[in-house]
Amino acid sequence: MLRKKEKQIVSDFEHRKADPAGPSEISEAYDLGEAETFGKLMLRMFRENKLSAVSLLVILLMILCTILAPVLTPYGETDMDLLNRLQPPSGDHWLGTDEGGRDVLTRLLYGSRVSLMVGIVPTLLSMVLGALLGVMAGYFGKWTDTVIMRLADIVLAFPSMLLAMVIMYTLGGGLFNVFLTLTLMNWGSVARIARSETLRLKKSEFVEAARSIGVSKWKIIFRHILPNCLPTLIVLFTLNVPAAILTESSLSFLGLGIQPPGASWGLMVNMGRQFLYNAPWLSFVPSAAIMVAVLSFNFLGDGLRDVLDPRLRKQ
Amino acid sequence: MSEVLMEARNLVKDFPAGRHRAVHAVSDVSLELQEGKTLGLVGESGCGKSTLGRMLMHLIPPDSGEILIRGTPVTGLSDADFMKYRRMLQMVFQDPYASLNPRMSVRSLIAEPLETYRLHESRQETTRHVLELMSTVGLPEEFLHRYPHQFSGGQRQRIAIARALAPDPDLIICDEPVSALDVSVQNQILNLLKSLQQSRGLAFLFISHDLSVVRFISDRTAVMYLGKICETGPTEDVFREPLHPYTRFLTASVPMPDPHRRQERPKMAAGEMPSPISPPAGCRFHPRCPYAMPECSRTEPELRRCGERQVACHLEK
Amino acid sequence: MEEALIQEKVLNKENLSQEKTLVIENLCAGFPARRGEVRVLDHVSLSVPKGKITGLVGESGCGKSMTARAVMNLIRHPGRVTGGRILLEGRDLLSMRKKERRMLQGREIAMIFQDPMSSLNPVMKVGKQVDEAVLVHEHVTHAEAKRRTLEMLEAAGVPDPERRYHSYPHQLSGGLRQRIMIAMAMVCRPKLLIADEPTTALDVTVEAQILDLMKEMSAKGTAVLLISHNLGAIARVCDDVSVMYAGKIVEQADICTLFDRPRHPYTRGLLSAVSSLRDGSEVLSVIPGHVPNLARLPAGCSFSPRCSCRGKECMEKTPEMREISPGHRIRCLWEEPGKKPGEKELETEGLAAE
Repeated sequence: MLRKKEKQIVSDFEHRKADPAGPSEISEAYDLGEAETFGKLMLRMFRENKLSAVSLLVILLMILCTILAPVLTPYGETDMDLLNRLQPPSGDHWLGTDEGGRDVLTRLLYGSRVSLMVGIVPTLLSMVLGALLGVMAGYFGKWTDTVIMRLADIVLAFPSMLLAMVIMYTLGGGLFNVFLTLTLMNWGSVARIARSETLRLKKSEFVEAARSIGVSKWKIIFRHILPNCLPTLIVLFTLNVPAAILTESSLSFLGLGIQPPGASWGLMVNMGRQFLYNAPWLSFVPSAAIMVAVLSFNFLGDGLRDVLDPRLRKQ
Repeated sequence: MSEVLMEARNLVKDFPAGRHRAVHAVSDVSLELQEGKTLGLVGESGCGKSTLGRMLMHLIPPDSGEILIRGTPVTGLSDADFMKYRRMLQMVFQDPYASLNPRMSVRSLIAEPLETYRLHESRQETTRHVLELMSTVGLPEEFLHRYPHQFSGGQRQRIAIARALAPDPDLIICDEPVSALDVSVQNQILNLLKSLQQSRGLAFLFISHDLSVVRFISDRTAVMYLGKICETGPTEDVFREPLHPYTRFLTASVPMPDPHRRQERPKMAAGEMPSPISPPAGCRFHPRCPYAMPECSRTEPELRRCGERQVACHLEK
Repeated sequence: MEEALIQEKVLNKENLSQEKTLVIENLCAGFPARRGEVRVLDHVSLSVPKGKITGLVGESGCGKSMTARAVMNLIRHPGRVTGGRILLEGRDLLSMRKKERRMLQGREIAMIFQDPMSSLNPVMKVGKQVDEAVLVHEHVTHAEAKRRTLEMLEAAGVPDPERRYHSYPHQLSGGLRQRIMIAMAMVCRPKLLIADEPTTALDVTVEAQILDLMKEMSAKGTAVLLISHNLGAIARVCDDVSVMYAGKIVEQADICTLFDRPRHPYTRGLLSAVSSLRDGSEVLSVIPGHVPNLARLPAGCSFSPRCSCRGKECMEKTPEMREISPGHRIRCLWEEPGKKPGEKELETEGLAAE
């Protein structure tokens, strides 16, 4: 907690027009002995922001569960047991059973594979696509900029759910199409942010220095611009993942995503709707899981931003 | 008499500023840089010296005029064609906090020009060269894998200088390299630059607003005001016997670190430097010049040669 | 606390002879860090007499800005003042109630900063901003505030004040903006003006004008504390000077004494560095090394690792401030001016001479 406030003093002092006589008093007082590697960075985040540290653990735990799903539960994903339908949580079924007699916990664990994968993979893809296009638009300008940004505008202008529904409806359901939809929906905002970062970095002196040395355009993009966009993009990633999870949930809820008998959290919420009075856990449990995942990524994003951004903003 | 390394002829650069206005950053500037010598370019902020420096580095294209390197015109060349000249032309920037990529280690930063010009076969050779350069500029070996934010301003400038030295250039353009440093650190860097010039036969274009610094390090000095050169000549001559009124005021205005001389009040220039968007007609300095004559508001004085010096002033007739 | 007693005695003696607007006694400030408290200010004592300009000089990181902020109550958490007194015309600012202290600010103490652009509201006309400074502290009509503003703009040397009153900051040059800042600071006729690097961002031809303006202001009775790393600016307008290093005052004297007979090796180093740039030396004088990390100060004298005259004692004992001649104090273990503990005498050179 302390280090965060120290940083605040530094940024307060230094923001007053970078002291032309040198580093501010307090930054000199910092123990800047060793290089801060990624590992040290993580350690510092854990020390300063307990919430994001906990969130990271939760996320890792969830990922572990998805991998170990078959091991963790004796039941199969789609094992029906019609004699035991709609059972409340008990010793045999920790989270009860659904309308087909399937174990809710099992479906939750298998469903997490879909939901988390759908959260992470398309977001990653849209990040890569958006970052590349955004940086190109920002760095090359003119026609490249116009074309890419107008495309991004089109994507951004559509109400996202509508776009998703249209794509899914045309292509049909299924996991792959969900991935595609989510990737196409999200690259626009990433591109816009990457472009504005690029415009800012293009003017910086170290890019000018690289140009004066004669470094080629693409090398400048990959070595100077992208690495400095990384903090912003990493944070954006952790904040977009929850959005993707929610979108998938909504799509499945609407019947456009994963089809039964497959499991996904959104689907489970949907199916459980009919039984809200007599078996509320059917919708409640997957909703809670969605909420925990979304919150964890959000807090992780906050923690990462605190640790990564201010240090680089100062430069 | 040294050979001419780089020559600028009638360079002009305007930046658009709104619909019908432009910032006349550089207006008809001609300069000569000699091999192995330092040319100091001095002027206040807004006079266009940084823009001029960047044009000479081929970072900004001039609107008109020519730049010649050892007699060969290089003005219109594309970036790719200019590459063969890049190696001999390096730059050190003003802000030691902004001119180094915060995500690159010292090794990567200094090695960048070596890798760009493919000067070494193996990574080890490159690293060895980097260590050599670090010791030349006075950086301990341990700093090799550290990052810029861990260093003080003076140390960062040393890194920037090592980077500029890496490809063994013939000319280094220094844009206010010590303005952001404390006086003692500044002196260390200036000593370093001077010794590098002597040991390697480097030519420098030293851009600064600080007259004392320019006086120390330059063999010749050019004084710039509002986009134009008003005076050039051997440094000592320009400082001891300034010919142009602006130079006279510049040298007189510098606060002297001597309390016994504070009562001296030489004839001061009134007001401040006007905006380069609408420079005054005729001689650009005439509204502030206590020696102004009617002619000064009508025609712009040409840069005229007087021996080793050049002046642009109607008084010199 | 021998140091505190000596300080008090010396200051009391001086207080009797001259009216002191600002007296800082043994000011300590710092912030808690991983390895214990980091001392940013360590027993800083200085005074600014009425109608005079006192200079506070030092390189970056020495604590001079921090001192100013301590007086202006601008130190933000977790930095804090940990000891000492700040007396404004006899009243201790540190022991006042928050409300009382806030009322003093702007009215009796004012501060101007290095970059006027960041201190002025870019979307408000400058005239209005100066009016605001009046209206916040005094109950007068808008018309009266405007009158005072125009008066002040004129006193600050703003040409054509009527027209400039309606300008926005970005329409004005750096020098004009700084004049507006000064007008804003002076419009309530403060007893003390603190100027933190007021000319560093300005061109040299304007610098002289602004410094002269401050001289005029001080002649009218305002006490001015001028903070700068530029010895030339200090030499031009200050009446006395304090030199700071690593959070401590290391030398204090009136202006001519400091430039003619500097005693502390750091002061000598600084003056020598500045003068070597102008006297045609082939190699410039430097102080080897660099300013220490405040969190890891060396044992003994903070300057000792870089000092060319250091003795063994210097690295063990921390020197206290002592007076070597009336009004001239240094923080150094040299027993007599010019005599190292147990060693030969140092030549006395007038380093300011050209």
